[in-house]
Amino acid sequence: MTGENRTGARTARRTAPAPGSGLRAAGRGLLLFSSFLLGVVLLVFLLCSIALIPVGIGLFTTPWAIAAIRSHTGLRRDLAERWSGLRIPAPYQAEPGFGSGAAGRIRQVAWTLGDRATWRDALWLLTAPVVGGVVTLLPAALLLAPVWGVVYQFVWPSLAMAGGGTWFLFVPVGNQVHALVALPLTLWTIPVLARYGSALVDADARFAALLLGPDQRARLGHRVDLLQRTREDAVDTSAAELRRIERDLHDGAQARFVAVGMTLDTAEQLLDHDVQAARAMLKEARAASGKALSELRDLVRGIHPPILADRGLGDAVRTIALESPLRVEVDVDLPDARPPAPVEAAVYFGICEALANAAKHSEARGVWIDVGHADGVLRAVVTDDGRGGADPGRGGGIEGITRRLATFDGILALISPEGGPTVVTMEVPCALS
Amino acid sequence: MRVVLAEDLFLLRDGLVRMLEAFGFTIVAAVEDGAELERALLEHRPDVAIVDVRLPPTFTDEGIRAALRVRERVPRLPILVLSQYVEQIYASELLADGSGAIGYLLKERVTDSAQFVEAVRRIAEGGTVMDPEVIAKLLRRHRTDDPIAELTPREREVLSLMAEGRSNSAISKHLVITERAVAKHTANIFMKLDLPVSDDDNRRVRAVLAYLDRDRGADTPLPRPVARGEPARRTGGRRP
Repeated sequence: MTGENRTGARTARRTAPAPGSGLRAAGRGLLLFSSFLLGVVLLVFLLCSIALIPVGIGLFTTPWAIAAIRSHTGLRRDLAERWSGLRIPAPYQAEPGFGSGAAGRIRQVAWTLGDRATWRDALWLLTAPVVGGVVTLLPAALLLAPVWGVVYQFVWPSLAMAGGGTWFLFVPVGNQVHALVALPLTLWTIPVLARYGSALVDADARFAALLLGPDQRARLGHRVDLLQRTREDAVDTSAAELRRIERDLHDGAQARFVAVGMTLDTAEQLLDHDVQAARAMLKEARAASGKALSELRDLVRGIHPPILADRGLGDAVRTIALESPLRVEVDVDLPDARPPAPVEAAVYFGICEALANAAKHSEARGVWIDVGHADGVLRAVVTDDGRGGADPGRGGGIEGITRRLATFDGILALISPEGGPTVVTMEVPCALS
Repeated sequence: MRVVLAEDLFLLRDGLVRMLEAFGFTIVAAVEDGAELERALLEHRPDVAIVDVRLPPTFTDEGIRAALRVRERVPRLPILVLSQYVEQIYASELLADGSGAIGYLLKERVTDSAQFVEAVRRIAEGGTVMDPEVIAKLLRRHRTDDPIAELTPREREVLSLMAEGRSNSAISKHLVITERAVAKHTANIFMKLDLPVSDDDNRRVRAVLAYLDRDRGADTPLPRPVARGEPARRTGGRRP
């Protein structure tokens, strides 16, 4: 969601007025205005449906009306993004299951009518023809003014004869010369339209955003939903992680130490009558304890690598780069301060995953890892020169990293066209300390 | 031989003291943190220092940093760094000054007291000792197109032992072959890897480690690809 928001901000840059932009603005304005009129019809449809709920018909037509309204407002949101670069996120709450039958219908109607966004949509349908009407019709009016000036040359005598005004703007028109003098006075609208036409269309988009976008409450609601989801993910992941660690310890180091104990016991018993065999046993015990230690070391590395704890992200990433079979270029640009430890670990494991994927699947020769912190965002980019076509769905690695990053409001983007290169970008908002 | 020992865990410190004393070493100081270590090293100027990487107060790489600081003031002061885990970066930092008398071993190597004591003696005499794990990691990352791949299994074994800092006679004892056979293997290795031949163990270790650690293909930099296309996936949270 965030990435898209930022894209919106980028495309919102105003472009210089181009020839024909005034014409385009006028066309768009007219199109919008006619859609407002359709909106009024839809609003009336909705209100009638609601009125008919007590007699039962409304139960069937209300969902239609709301669906129609939502697709109508959805179109306005799309146009706002396409024409004005203004992204308006849909504010509706996620629908729960309603069940079937009449009871389900009633629940559905009650739910949708209870959604504040429905009423904000309705308010927009009501106000758009008025507020939006002014700004959307203005470009067309500006375009038509000179046309009227030309037409006026021919119709002023009949207008005067019919007892209509003989004033064109502030010029009293008594003869054809007067009318011709009046004509240039209408031409000023053309440059104005060219300069401000698209601004007027944008103004309507901003008005639409006011009512069609999520309000503070909807935003908070979405935020709560997101936090709930990521929290559940985080709890699930850490529970699974603990189970894995428990299993590893149980099957690995613990079992080995039991074996060491037994071997030592045997050695003790052999000591009196077979020193040679006892010595062999002791050697075996030492080897087994070494193996257990090495397993513990691997386990610790998987939980929180000591080098990361000791030296931070920069040296930790340099270390995995050193151990990779690929040629890895590391560029870490972090000040002396460090990101919070959990964020650091999440990004570190993300980089490990991307690097491992590059080595395993991409047939890459080189990998470039860039880590930096700017504008309150920690950013890590892993680029490889492999064959691309990476599928984020395959293998749980990237998926798991994405979930882990989401706990910190972080995002992961995977760009991997066929033929490469593959670029994995991770961004986590965080402060350094 | 006089030893300064820095280890914050009582059990390990006590065990090390007893083991070293049993082998005839004199423990002049057994300290618990980085600051004490620095003071003890400067005061006693021991024949060798045995230092745990993780020491109070930071519990990060205090030991290495204290050791390197002291070596700036007392060049070639023999230091053996012990760690629960080994990392390439620490190995490179320890080897950086290139003067030898340095060791980097996994803590668990103390369980083989004979070998451990032998390593301590070598460092005290100015030798270099690297943990087999460091070498194994360096060897693992090399790809099939590397000259390393042309080494025979025996030569790889010899290379690993050389990188750990062992002399020809030590290697011959370890592999149970004659010293002449070892000399033949090392000559082959140096020829295949195109390394300068040297009888000085220290220089030999550094040459081998530098070879293993060198930036592969730095001579022909790969062109960095330019990203194209839209994200196949862009997910995650909302920015506050």
